[in-house]
Amino acid sequence: MALLEVKNLGISFGGLRAVDEVNLNIEKGQLYGLIGPNGAGKTTLFNLLTGVYQPTNGTIMLDGVNIVGKNTYEINLAGIGRTFQNIRLFKNMTVLDNVKVALTNREKYSLFSGILRFPLYFKKEKIMNDIARDILAVFNLEQEEDTLASNLPYGKQRKLEIARALATNPKLLLLDEPAAGMNPNETAELMDTIRLIRDKFNITILLIEHDMKLVAGICEEIFVLNFGTELAKGTPEVVLNDPAVITAYLGA
Amino acid sequence: MKLVVNVIEQLINGLGAGSIYALIALGYSMVYGIAKMINFAHGDIIMVGAYALYVFVVLLNLPVVAAVILTIGLCAILGITVERIAYKPLRKAPPLAVLITAIGVSFFLQNAALLIFKSNPIPFKSIVNVNTIKIGSISIRGITAVILVVTFVSMILLTLFINKTKAGRAMRAVSEDKGAAQLMGINVNRTISMTFAIGSALAAIAGILFISQYQSLNPFMGGLPGIKAFVAAVLGGIGSVPGAMLGGVLLGIIESISKAYISSELSDAIVFGVLILVLLLKPSGLLGKNRIEKV
Repeated sequence: MALLEVKNLGISFGGLRAVDEVNLNIEKGQLYGLIGPNGAGKTTLFNLLTGVYQPTNGTIMLDGVNIVGKNTYEINLAGIGRTFQNIRLFKNMTVLDNVKVALTNREKYSLFSGILRFPLYFKKEKIMNDIARDILAVFNLEQEEDTLASNLPYGKQRKLEIARALATNPKLLLLDEPAAGMNPNETAELMDTIRLIRDKFNITILLIEHDMKLVAGICEEIFVLNFGTELAKGTPEVVLNDPAVITAYLGA
Repeated sequence: MKLVVNVIEQLINGLGAGSIYALIALGYSMVYGIAKMINFAHGDIIMVGAYALYVFVVLLNLPVVAAVILTIGLCAILGITVERIAYKPLRKAPPLAVLITAIGVSFFLQNAALLIFKSNPIPFKSIVNVNTIKIGSISIRGITAVILVVTFVSMILLTLFINKTKAGRAMRAVSEDKGAAQLMGINVNRTISMTFAIGSALAAIAGILFISQYQSLNPFMGGLPGIKAFVAAVLGGIGSVPGAMLGGVLLGIIESISKAYISSELSDAIVFGVLILVLLLKPSGLLGKNRIEKV
């Protein structure tokens, strides 16, 4: 069974069909790329998958359960984590707290043991600190745990976004343009990190990216969207040499 | 020497009044930070807390500790209920609709109290029996000392809660970016409910201290302290927790000093004058963050 099965997914904004008849099959443990020209509906598709938008039609099955109609936070708990194209960290919180926010549902203690500081509170907070620091170490951010997120340099903010999404313990991680604004060295490093987290955390990744070198370098399968519909899918060699894809990117 | 003692006593009185404002202001500020709305019914929670205490202590003869706990619990539940019924359906409505609803809730609570308890002020014997404390030649009323201690402890607990617990972290995350917090698995509705509960619990504490000091209750008693606490929240920077604390204490001290040395009639005018001055110089309040709107 596929990890994520999307059937006939569509959404209209007024008369505009932003996503139309999209079908996706995502298998466990694979690295997928989602590409397409600007305005093709890539981020809209991410917003549909995470419940930010409710689809007009179609189903989204995660591990065999339909998640259409669920709250955003319920979908996150069901196993979909994501990052944002425009960085949306909690800017006035420390790096460590940003990650710990995402751990809120992993370790439970009641409001009262929090306010009255029962031993359980200290135990659970310590577990959360340990998990958060482990994740930060993967991204070489462990030295900066007390820095405010807004004071991090741009490249590290991008990394922290991924770290925070990982902390929600997703089965499927959606990365929205993780390499946007990075220089070639940073992009190369990011490619290694993405492969590393896929293996270390045993997750499936779907990423939107404009950097074709990155997409071709790490993705095992690519979906191409154009005007909200599927234009092509397959391995990078097949898709990136497809005349229809080349036309869509370069114009007729 | 006599003047110095007098000034110190006035400062302590101001600190006492300011502590109550600060407790109420925290509710305004926290709710604004999370739900981006001014909850004008917040002042009336003080009144409900006062009447609840009166019912538990005088009419039902409960022990004081139990009555205080029940009062705080009742107000917390009232806060959650008001949010569920009146504000939650308007989560996506324009701010003006929410504001007017809040004023409506305020009228509802006042008139409900009027219906049940009638308009005559009810005398109330303070539940605090602490003698006047003498430090050298400075004397502090027992109730003022209790107010200072209770407020101090409440604020420490609140600060620790917000900064050090996972529910507090979730609150800060929601106040910064509701959408992103939701995508990180935070239940935003629950976080908002919790904020209303904590704000209302603090208002209940303020109400208990307020009638222990003034020893009388009426259905409209929440109005003026509510407005002044709102001013305190704006003065300190609405949305900021330390700002609400600072704003409340500052407002109490300014009020008490102007009552003692300038004119008791003018004291409110001076308080609001200071607000206008601060907002002219620092529009986001003393500890508020200047928000640059991106166009």
